[in-house]
Formats: sequence, structure tokens, C-alpha cells
Amino acid sequence: MDALELKYVVERDNFAQAGEASGALKKTLKSLGFPPDLVRRVAIAMYEAEINMVIHAYGGEITATVTPEKIQVVFADVGPGIPDIELAMTAGYSTATADVRDLGFGAGMGLPNMKKYADDLDVQSTIGVGTTVTMTFLTQNG
Amino acid sequence: MDRKQVPVFSDPTRCVGCTDCVKRCPTEAIRVRNRKAKIIQDRCIVCGECIHVCRHHANAGTVDPLSVMDQFEYKVALVDPVLYSEYTELRNRNAALTALKSIGFDDVFECAEAAEAISQRTRRAMQDEALPRPVISSSCPAVRRLILARFPSLLSNLLPYNSPMELGARIARFRAVKKTGLDPKKIGIIYLSPCPARAAEARDPLCSDHPQVDAVVSIADLYTKVYNAIKKVSEPEILATATQVGVGWAVPGGEGMQASPEAYLAADGMENVIRVLEAVENGKLKSVEFFELSACVGGCVGGPLTVENAFIAKARLSNIMRHNIDLAAPAYPIPDEMINWDHPIAYVPTIRLGGDIANAMAKLRKVQEQEKRFMGMDCGACGAPSCHALAEDVAEGRANEDQCIFLLREKMQRLLNSHKISLERETTDDSE
Repeated sequence: MDALELKYVVERDNFAQAGEASGALKKTLKSLGFPPDLVRRVAIAMYEAEINMVIHAYGGEITATVTPEKIQVVFADVGPGIPDIELAMTAGYSTATADVRDLGFGAGMGLPNMKKYADDLDVQSTIGVGTTVTMTFLTQNG
Repeated sequence: MDRKQVPVFSDPTRCVGCTDCVKRCPTEAIRVRNRKAKIIQDRCIVCGECIHVCRHHANAGTVDPLSVMDQFEYKVALVDPVLYSEYTELRNRNAALTALKSIGFDDVFECAEAAEAISQRTRRAMQDEALPRPVISSSCPAVRRLILARFPSLLSNLLPYNSPMELGARIARFRAVKKTGLDPKKIGIIYLSPCPARAAEARDPLCSDHPQVDAVVSIADLYTKVYNAIKKVSEPEILATATQVGVGWAVPGGEGMQASPEAYLAADGMENVIRVLEAVENGKLKSVEFFELSACVGGCVGGPLTVENAFIAKARLSNIMRHNIDLAAPAYPIPDEMINWDHPIAYVPTIRLGGDIANAMAKLRKVQEQEKRFMGMDCGACGAPSCHALAEDVAEGRANEDQCIFLLREKMQRLLNSHKISLERETTDDSE
């Protein structure tokens, strides 16, 4: 069957609204009847990716593609990009500014958490242009 | 108690169809049809928001009248500590308990004593790392139902212990049987309640095989009767068994402070509880190990079946807690088995959009197409809480899209255009 596509826009510097896209997708997935534990994994991983778009980049677009077997979420941001992706994946490593840390973010666990909760994680980046994170979640049937 | 009655209902003789309750309901369980509110019972979590918000007092909870006690040979009042906070001059809980004996009860039991036993047990379990983290208090029955309906991934985080009401009922019946030698069925355990959610819990706690509360009476309904009885008490009998630890459960922080003094969070009010649960579900608030959540603003003293303002009641309760009174020694200790749930709360996958995921997705597409035809204002004039909700109702065949007055108006205008009639007032002033 055709996949369901859901799009969300993430505004730059908008800390108050950061997390709204994850909240909206979570609500939709619940109403579609995906198992609660799967929805929770998507929520946690997606929240991290969405926050990153605000604290490290200048916002961007999130596209979720949903089928009964698979949920794929693509986070395409406009931003400085990630020079060393492997380093960024290490637990505790963060390039968050002091201001951002003061707000409670930037613990350095974003990418590691995404890897932990998603079934597959792919990070592509171009310096000076932006980063695209693609995460995939499989249901029982997948 | 009729276990088949609906827990919350709307009185059509008082309802004016204003949609205040429609917008407040956390599970979108209310619609206005033909100018009257209708509660979709399957979705209702008995939180009482619609009761709190209705200016016309049209929404109400189903409770028993005091006369229900006549059905039993030996009547025990299960006393929620909220009762004490309703009366201005009351400081000595024994006076209120003695008053209850004078209005027909044979005995009284303080739920606060049960609450203390739960606190002790919880603290032990938190220290022994015996519970999955974070722990979410399950004492508020509306929160249990909220988590079941909207946050099922957090069901396994609920504290698996009975509420002070349910535990209180078990202890009270056990002690009454010991005291009187009567058949347990002849003993009426009647809970004095600040909210209708407890009545729903008494019918189905979701985690017990045999709920022990026989009837639930509203504290507000009893207000005057108990007040007059308290005034007549000259020598209070020593009936209280709880310390301030248990009494404190009636306000936010009372339970949490006992369970995890250094790592608890207490949130009250449905909107706040939902916000906290969303954060927990997203993996946030990791430093908090115990969440105390109450559906009502101000905690249980703010329940819809109370008379006094929640904040005034809280202040009074603090005074009552500080007031030293003589306590009776409990006749029997409380065994751990009485505290535990009989079984975990089962997640029932009910896909709101119906069928399996594939069906739900097809339905969602229809809903999205329908929603594009609406204005996105979520004004509530159609009787549904949001444009999305009306789109769902239309897609499910429960409503007609013309319930949207803005859409209807557009259609009317198109019809009238063909007759060159405008719905807008015509202006002759060209300078505008």
C-alpha cells in the first residue's frame, strides 16, 4: 500500500517549540495503533534529532514516511554541518555553546541515543550546507 | 452500587451547549449535538475536567446517596482526609470521625492509615531498586485511566500498589469481620469521596480481581449533615489511627515526599500532568525517580465533589496536620499482600481509527483530506473539540461536514451568488 507522508517544519532558534514535531508524529502514530513501545522509541529518538536541528543548526524540515511495517523519519537541516561524524557519535561529546548548555541541552547524548533507539541510523553531512539524519524503525512485521 | 452506571454524565436540562467542556476534555470524549453535550463513555477517563469547567453545573459524577448504607448490617465509613479540610474550625480529626458515627456509621477507617502503609512499602521498594524507573504514582484513578488511554508505554512504570481507598477497604472489611464476626457481605464499606474517579475506581480499579468498596458517597453531598453533627460532638472518641504522613496525601507532594524526598516531582491539574507525561515518554526528566500526579488542581482537596476552594482547604489541612491529637492503635497490622495489585493493568490495543494499522492509515488519509476542507480554527462551534476531531467524526460517518458553520456559510454564499444575494452587509461608502 502507499506510504503515508507527514511533513513538519522546524524553526531556527525556537526553543519554546522544539519538540512539537516529535509530539505531533507521536500523536499520529498512537492514533494509527502502532505498539506503545515502538511509539516510545520513535518519540525519544526523534526528539533528540529535532532538538539538534534547533541547537546546532538553523532549523529545517522533517519528513516521516509511514507504512504498517516501517517508519522512516528524515531530518534535513540547514546548518554548519558535522566535520567528524564518528566523533559526534561518541557519548558525552558535544559542541553545544554555553548558552545552549545553560538551557539544559548539550549533554552530548543526542546521536548515541538516536543510535540506541532506532533500528537504523544514517547521518550525512556537508560542511557549510547542512546535515541529514535518517532513522528507521521496524514493526514486528518488518 | 450499580456497577453498570456511567461514571460521568451531562444533564440536558442544565446544559446550554457552550462547548467549554468539549475543549477541555483530555481524551476528546465530549461532543455537542443538538445543543447538548454528550459524553462518549468509551473515551471518558473520569478525570472531572468537564465537571470543573462547566459554568452551568450540567456535568456530574455518579455517586451513591448516603441511604445506601441501609443495605448493610454493619456500616463502615472509609474516610478520605479531604473531608477534614472542608470545615473551617476543625482541628481535631477525632471530632469529624465521631460525628460520622453519629450519622449512622458503626465504625470509621481513615484512608490516611492505608496511605501510610503504602508510603512505607514504596520507600522500601524504591531503596531496594525493586521497581522499574521512573516510578509513577497510581493513586489517582483518573491518572491510571489517562495513562491507559494516552500513554500506554508508561503502564509498566505505574506503582503496582492499591490506592489508599482500595487498600483501606480491604483493611476495614478485614477488621470489621474480626470485630463483629459477621459475614463479610453484611459489612458495608462506604467511601466518602472528593471525586467521581474514585467511584469509577470502586467499580473497576483495573488491577483488582475483587474490588472491596461497596459504595461511594460525595463529600459535597454530606457537607451540611456532617457539619451539624460535628457541632454536636462534645467528647470526641479516639478513632484516628493515621499520622500526618498519611493525611498529607490529600495535597500535592504528600505522597512524593514520602516515596523519594530528594528525587520526586509532584504535578497537579490535568494539563500539567499531561505535559509531564509527554516529557517522561520522550525520555526527559531523567533525574526524577518518583512522579506524583493528580488530575485535580490542588490535589485531592481540589476534587469536583468538594465544597471548599482547593487552596483554602490545603492551608486548613496543614493546620490539621500540625495539630497533635490522640491516636488509636490499629487493631491489626497491614499485610503486604493487601497492598499489591492483583494483576498489572492490561494494555488493550483499541485503534481509534479502527481495524489494523493498514486500515487506520487509509482512514487517516480520508481524515486528512476532510480536514483540509475546514478552517483550522478549532473554534468548537461544530460541537467537536478541533477541526481534526470533526474530520475524524465525518470520516467515521458520525457527523456531517456541514456542522462546520464556516463551511456551511461558504456553501450558502455560493448558492446565493447565483441569485446575486450577498451574506455580507453591502456598503455604499466608496471611500472605504
